[in-house]
Amino acid sequence: MTVISETVKEMQGYNLHIVKTEKFKTNTLVWKMKAPLSKKEVTLRALLPYVLQSSSKKYPSSTKLRTFLDELYGASFYVDLAKKGEYHVISFALEIANEKFLSDKTPLLRIGMEFLAEILTNPNVANDAFEQDTVEKEKRTHKQRIQSNFDDKMKYSSTRLVEEMCKGERYALHVHGEMNEVDGITAQSLFSYYKKAFSEDELDLYVIGDVSENEVTALANEKMKFSPRQPQLLDRNEVVGDREVKTINEVQDVKQGKLNIGFRTNVLYGDEDYYALQVLNGIYGGFSHSKLFINVREKASLAYYAASRLESHKGLMMVMSGIEHKNYDQAVAIINEQMVAMKKGDFSEQELVQTKAVIRNQLLETVDTARGMIEILYHNVVSHQNITLDHWLVQMERATKEDIVKVAQKIQLDTVYFLTGQEAMQ
Amino acid sequence: MEKITFEQLQEELYYEKLTNGLDVYILPKIGFNKTYATFTTKYGSVDNQFIPLGKEEFVKVPDGIAHFLEHKLFEKEDGDVFQQFSRQGASANAFTSFTRTAYLFSSTSDVELNLETLIDFVQDPYFTEKTVEKEKGIIGQEITMYDDNPDWRLYFGLIENLYQNHPVKIDIAGTIDSISHITKDLLYECYNTFYHPSNMLLFVVGPVDVEKIMKQIKENQAKKPFESQPEIKRRFEAEKKEANEGKKVLEMNVQTPKCLLGIKALHHDQSGMEMLKNELTTNVLLDMLFGKSSANYEQLYNEGLIDDTFSYDYTQESGFGFAMIGGDTSNPEQLVARLKEMLFAVKNSGLTNEALQRTKKKKIGGFLRAVNSPEFIANQFTRYAFNEMNLFDVVPTLEKITIDDVQRVANEFISEERLSVCQVIPKKKIRAVL
Repeated sequence: MTVISETVKEMQGYNLHIVKTEKFKTNTLVWKMKAPLSKKEVTLRALLPYVLQSSSKKYPSSTKLRTFLDELYGASFYVDLAKKGEYHVISFALEIANEKFLSDKTPLLRIGMEFLAEILTNPNVANDAFEQDTVEKEKRTHKQRIQSNFDDKMKYSSTRLVEEMCKGERYALHVHGEMNEVDGITAQSLFSYYKKAFSEDELDLYVIGDVSENEVTALANEKMKFSPRQPQLLDRNEVVGDREVKTINEVQDVKQGKLNIGFRTNVLYGDEDYYALQVLNGIYGGFSHSKLFINVREKASLAYYAASRLESHKGLMMVMSGIEHKNYDQAVAIINEQMVAMKKGDFSEQELVQTKAVIRNQLLETVDTARGMIEILYHNVVSHQNITLDHWLVQMERATKEDIVKVAQKIQLDTVYFLTGQEAMQ
Repeated sequence: MEKITFEQLQEELYYEKLTNGLDVYILPKIGFNKTYATFTTKYGSVDNQFIPLGKEEFVKVPDGIAHFLEHKLFEKEDGDVFQQFSRQGASANAFTSFTRTAYLFSSTSDVELNLETLIDFVQDPYFTEKTVEKEKGIIGQEITMYDDNPDWRLYFGLIENLYQNHPVKIDIAGTIDSISHITKDLLYECYNTFYHPSNMLLFVVGPVDVEKIMKQIKENQAKKPFESQPEIKRRFEAEKKEANEGKKVLEMNVQTPKCLLGIKALHHDQSGMEMLKNELTTNVLLDMLFGKSSANYEQLYNEGLIDDTFSYDYTQESGFGFAMIGGDTSNPEQLVARLKEMLFAVKNSGLTNEALQRTKKKKIGGFLRAVNSPEFIANQFTRYAFNEMNLFDVVPTLEKITIDDVQRVANEFISEERLSVCQVIPKKKIRAVL
């Protein structure tokens, strides 16, 4: 059985991905733009989608634009930024009711596609510049957005780990860019970046819902046309610095210490041993049956959360836990011991089997949401591969204990970061 | 078994009340991989004074005990239920709110087996002094985590301002001190009182065979000897109408100030259709006033007082309820002043039918989007049912709201004496980096 059947069509300047499914009462359209992370452009690029989503020629104020969306049965429309490996990805997502479930039969999909095209290709521009007021307002909000990362200590400590661990690499750049770069952005410089992004980025459009492929293709062809391009691809992976383990302590006024530990996996999405790495992460820290949860939380009672996750396109595995300051040594020791256990193959057949079952379940659940489906399919765009979900699952199921032990040998501890309270200074 | 059809939504819901009092609902979802099931008791953090089963006097239990019990139910003599679920390819979880404790799993295979595990583990408590002590360390870290979270502190700070006596003002997890008084005997007392099937609701949603699942649940329950239980007696101290305090400012280790304005509910004794209509109408009012397409939103944004963290919501339960409006802001005092102006501007007139129609369309579309999610259906249906409301009445009730209804709610709900403000502002000192 095929879990997702995706049709991919080459369009003018972009690829169109259609997944026809009857399980949703809405249709989802997601536009994705991908370019290498770059220190020079990261802040411009991060600001761009927020300016584009706030107005256009046809909807010159955000009130007019939002009124239009409300009238469209409260279509939800938002933008999102992500780092996928060394790439900076912008998403515009529109979710719109399927008129099948409404008494009003207005063709909402067509209107939705028109709207998305309007936002992307008809911005509120005069004399080669975005509208000044909008840019200034969005700059102000963007500074607040960057600043707010500091206030959520769980997010903050994760960002700090990556910043320290990947110093000198593109991946260390912040997804929202740099605070001190925002003021320098002008309505002109942002518009010239807009033109650059739309002529150079790798572009993809996803349409998920109870739709007709022919209708969607015709609609996309009618509404969205871009110049042909050869997207920039980066070398597989960039690792700067030596192999010494870095230890960073940062003191702030916090009650709970945040411990974040970064490993280099040296394995990327789609590599032969990638599937074994997924299982390894599951046994080690991905779930509530994993070694970290059992040993840090259930046995030692040190934390409420202790987990690990992978960054598949960058080759990182990151552990996070919230602990009391005085338990730092004990927690680090347990986390390291459990990694040694993985390298020695010290895990049971049952741990292996249950982890595979849970990974399988998690993936199948993810594709029960349109956004989840798109995130899974987009891995192939980022990695320039063509791995179906079925293939992914089969390969994962095949991973043996030997495969896992083998991939564990590649994993290297890189950085231990601890955000700790003032009393730790005394 | 009763079948309820929702034609416009193309959904069917099956219902049966079992002889032991358990309410069972099944909603088949074709095309989905996942089955999601919740087993919920009408017992949350606010239920801290009650007459225990078989006793005659009211008791007051330590703050945070409902949440503590939720944690401890996962531990059994032969190990941890999380382990069992993951062996069966499921992921399990639980949560405690003010009024409910829910246990749940989702799985894409072995649904019957997982459902059996869910029902059995919730109906088979195993508490010992040793495991209770161990949990105090874990929950202690959960509490500390929330102590560092400015949004959580802001939210509870505002509820504390609004309520003087009602236990809604107490943090769901309690405090490190309050949980130190929890014992295994107290846990059993709460469990025996609140986990009887007649106080619980089981909801299953997913690609399931309805007949088979219903049969399984009935057989499972028939094996367990539940004696019928008298109605649970809960007690809440009298609460004044006005907000308890008008303002609170918390200094925390943040860079951006945060501000929430709250209004205490006017009606504390509604349920059923009356509650549904009041809750929806108040939410419609807030959306007309502060939605992204409103003139107010644009003004606040242009004035630099709000950003994309701005939100608003009204929620109502038996005994308490509140509206909350706000988010991150560069200027909390100015934001409060502007929000008040905007609220009081519509107190006697000023709402337009055009805005109402737009908000209704938006909310109907939002509901369609929400019913894509099995989690939403199961959790919200349960919440509605515990308040004698029906989730699937939302759209027809929304459709019937008139501009006069909204204006009436604006007139009676917006009131200076039931209004309060909470702010989180940066501590006046510089962070040290080593």
